Amino acid sequence: MSDLETFRNETREWLDKNCPADMRDGAVSEATQCWGGRNWTFTSEGQKLWLERMAAKGWTVPTWPKEYGGAGLSKDETEILQAEMKAIGARKPHDNFGITMLGPALLKFGTHEQKLEHLPPIARGELRWCQGYSEPGAGSDLASLRTKAEDKGDHYIVNGQKIWTSYADKADWIFCLVRTDFDAAKHKGISFVLFDMATDGVTTKPIKLISGSSPFCETFFDDVRVEKSNLVHKPNKGWDVAKYLLTHERGMIGEVFGNMTGGRSLGEIAASEIGIDDMGRVDDPLLRAKLVQAEVDSLAFSTLLQSVSERAEAGESLGAVSSVLKYYGTEMNKRRHELLMEIGGSDELEWSEQNDDGQRSKDWLRTKGNSIEGGTSEVQLQIVAKHILQMPNA
Amino acid sequence: MSMMLNEDQEMLREAAAGFLKENAPVSAFREMRDSNSTEGFSRDLWSEMAQMGWVGILVPEEYGGSAFGMVGAGLIAEEMGKHLTTSPFLSTSVLATTAFAKFGSEAQKQHHLPKISSGECLYALAVDEGAKHAPAKINLKAERSGNGFKLSGQKTFVANGHVADHVIVAARTSGEAGDENGITLFLMDANSMGLDKTASSMVDNSSSARLRLSDVEVNADAIIGEIDGGFEPLETILNAGRACLAAELTGCADQAFNTTVAYINERKQFGVPVGSFQALQHRAAHLHTEIEMAKAVTLAALQSVDGEDEHAWRLTALAKAKVGQVALLAAQEGVQMHGGMGMTDAFDIGLYLKRVRVAGEMFGDASWHANRIAEALSF
Repeated sequence: MSDLETFRNETREWLDKNCPADMRDGAVSEATQCWGGRNWTFTSEGQKLWLERMAAKGWTVPTWPKEYGGAGLSKDETEILQAEMKAIGARKPHDNFGITMLGPALLKFGTHEQKLEHLPPIARGELRWCQGYSEPGAGSDLASLRTKAEDKGDHYIVNGQKIWTSYADKADWIFCLVRTDFDAAKHKGISFVLFDMATDGVTTKPIKLISGSSPFCETFFDDVRVEKSNLVHKPNKGWDVAKYLLTHERGMIGEVFGNMTGGRSLGEIAASEIGIDDMGRVDDPLLRAKLVQAEVDSLAFSTLLQSVSERAEAGESLGAVSSVLKYYGTEMNKRRHELLMEIGGSDELEWSEQNDDGQRSKDWLRTKGNSIEGGTSEVQLQIVAKHILQMPNA
Repeated sequence: MSMMLNEDQEMLREAAAGFLKENAPVSAFREMRDSNSTEGFSRDLWSEMAQMGWVGILVPEEYGGSAFGMVGAGLIAEEMGKHLTTSPFLSTSVLATTAFAKFGSEAQKQHHLPKISSGECLYALAVDEGAKHAPAKINLKAERSGNGFKLSGQKTFVANGHVADHVIVAARTSGEAGDENGITLFLMDANSMGLDKTASSMVDNSSSARLRLSDVEVNADAIIGEIDGGFEPLETILNAGRACLAAELTGCADQAFNTTVAYINERKQFGVPVGSFQALQHRAAHLHTEIEMAKAVTLAALQSVDGEDEHAWRLTALAKAKVGQVALLAAQEGVQMHGGMGMTDAFDIGLYLKRVRVAGEMFGDASWHANRIAEALSF
């Protein structure tokens, strides 16, 4: 038996023994996620056990090195783990911006001490992170940010305001872009720092969105002390870290939306909700034509994602390709949700118990942010035009 | 399956790109067009391609071919798309070769496959009878007569039908138009009595033919595959052709796009290159995204044909649907972004617009294939 087969058998056995029954429903919705952190209330004993057991194996972050809380798994092993989890409908044990965003940046730019200090608590779900990037005056033009960090010898004093900080009100720590040099060109005076959200002077204020929920906050810093040991990479080199992280984030966003085609197709949903004609076709020819087009584009996009991920594995540097994925993936996701609303008709326009409190319409409203957060579609197109097509500056 | 080319495939691509750039650039296509060539392609070019093993790229080695596979055929087709190279590659090297290699009798293989590899004989496949692709609606009748069959009816949009030495005709031996059962594939000499061929020059100056068959007699050994069981083989043959067309269209789209970006980066108005305007940059970036998808689905389709995947038709349908749209979009946007120059014959962009219209229509347009995907997904 090959090593991988042995790994598969052992994994299957372990999962079967250790995944609690209520963590096997295959749920992926916001309501069933486990974000962890100091203030987390587990929704069940099963959720708590599942996180603890997976963390003990290093499988909340399977590809990270063991000394930082991971399991050091290879790409093949990770795929096996994911497939075996999917096979029993296992939920993801833990979601954390520390896993998807800070982790990769810290692994690349952090010191050994920083990795040792920050990565294991993320892997164990003990600390929940948020991202402090956008400011009221620095959205698409992120590098013009003005949150100020004054050098006080062994520490900085941070003053300013962030906005669109996802779950800042629930997070324990923040990775944050601050300006350390106001005289340098805008990209060259930025630093990347980490600090505890419980530090004196940090306040958060949730922003109510059109969907009715408040996943984003305004975050204020008033004389916040940040130790210099929590500066990642060199002073004034924070833009390199930010760009790396954004590239990673954009690729990930594209991937998330590209892989959402795995479940029922829009056409199947429409066939069951609207009904079919004598030929077995969705009983609304114009809507059906739009659905067909959306499926073709989704399938084509998934194929592109597969190809890009193989190129990345083979060592090709992705760079602006992540903007291609982010642009198309988010625009496609918006389109799919518009179509879901069209399929649902008036049944999905009410917010009532009958339709899960209007979950479909809330999801639809939420998707409008997809092509804005992490860099707007227009910013992505600009990056593609400049860096891939090398078109002239205006 | 890997979505990356292996070393041999990369080498083939480079060889094809280099050779066609040197020997069959767009200027060669223009010369041929302006000389009113009745054949519509260069015999010299064809025999050089045969010597390099490209004509027999799908032919098994024991029949004199290079057996490089469908991905290789697609790479050549893509490069031909970039250069607007006209040749009997699709009809002979892909369609007829697939027919013989996968469904032919031993005698048919031994007789025809070496003649394909050597470049000696040309072939055509006659399927459609109406303006829109509909392989199940074949109505051209084949009736038993003596030891063989007599065929009567009409075919249209037969690529290279005017120059082929042999024609494979999909005919109805039983049932009615619309039935998948009852279709049979017949091989006939292009000079058979009662076979009337009318060459037509298409909008892109490629050549195809209308065929009229009046009691064309063939022997029973002219059948490829089984009597009445020709639909599935035909689909397999067509899928190879569709994947090849998707590759050609991808090449057309890629080149039309690159030509356009190069043009708008040079062309100045208001004292600056028009390519510096965001209105054009965003459209160009969107097109780049679409073309990246076209490349990915094309490769997936070619690989599925090679892998004899039973779901190959889904990937070829996806490729033909997506690439058909992308290529048309790239050419349409290309004309618009060229401004007035895009309307002139002197610039190449219009040639691509015409070519993708024809290649996109062949063996099912984007809507036809998109509909098949919907049917596969049960809606």
